[in-house]
Amino acid sequence: MRKMPIEIVTPERKVYENAVDLIVARGADGDLGIMAGHVPVVTTLKVSHLRLKNDGQEITFAVSGGFLEVKPEGVSVLAEAAEMPEEIDVARANRAKERAEKRLSSKGESLDERRAELALQRAVNRISLATRR
Amino acid sequence: MAVNARDIRRRIKSVKNTQQITKAMKMVAAAKLRRAQERVEQARPYAAKLEEVIGSIASAAGSSNHPMLVKRPVKKTGYVIISSDRGLAGGYNSQIIRALVNEVRGKDKNSYAIFAIGRKARDFFKRRNYPLVGEVTGLSDSPTYADVKDLSSQVVKFFQEGVYDEVFLLYNEFISPLTQIPKSRKLLPLEDIGANVKKPAPGQFTAKYDYEPSEEAVLDNLLPKFAETLIFSALLEGKASEFGAKMTAMGAATDNAGEMINKYTLELNRARQAAITTQITEIVGGAAALE
Repeated sequence: MRKMPIEIVTPERKVYENAVDLIVARGADGDLGIMAGHVPVVTTLKVSHLRLKNDGQEITFAVSGGFLEVKPEGVSVLAEAAEMPEEIDVARANRAKERAEKRLSSKGESLDERRAELALQRAVNRISLATRR
Repeated sequence: MAVNARDIRRRIKSVKNTQQITKAMKMVAAAKLRRAQERVEQARPYAAKLEEVIGSIASAAGSSNHPMLVKRPVKKTGYVIISSDRGLAGGYNSQIIRALVNEVRGKDKNSYAIFAIGRKARDFFKRRNYPLVGEVTGLSDSPTYADVKDLSSQVVKFFQEGVYDEVFLLYNEFISPLTQIPKSRKLLPLEDIGANVKKPAPGQFTAKYDYEPSEEAVLDNLLPKFAETLIFSALLEGKASEFGAKMTAMGAATDNAGEMINKYTLELNRARQAAITTQITEIVGGAAALE
């Protein structure tokens, strides 16, 4: 089976580079499954898990604030943060979650609310991935 | 000039201590410089990739009239300046601060605003009552994207809302550990984006992208991100420059201390020699007096 090269890049470093069988991502309009030969597409990504399947193995990343580009020669994921489960600092994510929840419940200005909501999403996303197994 | 041998010895000891410190600081800066340079390298693929995608969307979709790409009459200018938190880095901070001071000289205080990264720039502009609107201090030696995310998204937002009509980014460009050049770069609007991206040769097959949810939405999402990334890369480069400058400054300080020690040692030997000569003369004189 042909494989799809993928690279995951954040502003700080290149997180992952390999060729895989299947990529499952949550785009702005819904989930995408990407295999070799996929039509070129650019989509923004939701704060979500990005799953890569390769030789029956599965690797999952928690991505936030990113987008995904599919080209004939490969997939690029550009995210502000992308972490594997073992890289996630659960204690920190928990603290971030509590902070965001507190801010949301105290009903502040609209901008802060939006930011707190995003922060909450990111925290929940990380926690759910890190504590999945 | 001290002629007393004990005074000179004390001074040599003190200079030696200083030299030890500057030497250690130089070595620390050298190690940190290497790390900072690595981080600059690691950050490059992200920015390059982002620019490539934006370039291909902007040129293909003809949507180059996006508000973030278009020049508009300038009523108010924003400046983002990157300095360090600590000194002892030679001319690192003063040269970038001077660059900004020259830039805004004679301008009305309502026609520009300053965002300061690093304690040195913040203190300088605050003390002199410049219009300082944003600041980030206490960054670690290897700053993360999240550290400047708040400031950079604020800058981008101000531009989008029309508070500022252009934004400049001032930082020390890293040429080599010995040379850093203050650089002023136009951050917003993103005029020449995609200029570095090579156009596909005519007739060559180029992929036509599908955009989800839409071209405009993707561009809306990517352009602010790109501007933020530019600030982050400048920050990383500024850090590399900072350690380069620090290394050079501390190397020079170590050399100077060495020179001073040599000078004092010579002086010490002379003083000792003079004392011995005096003593001999005295003994000889005393012996002669006894005869």
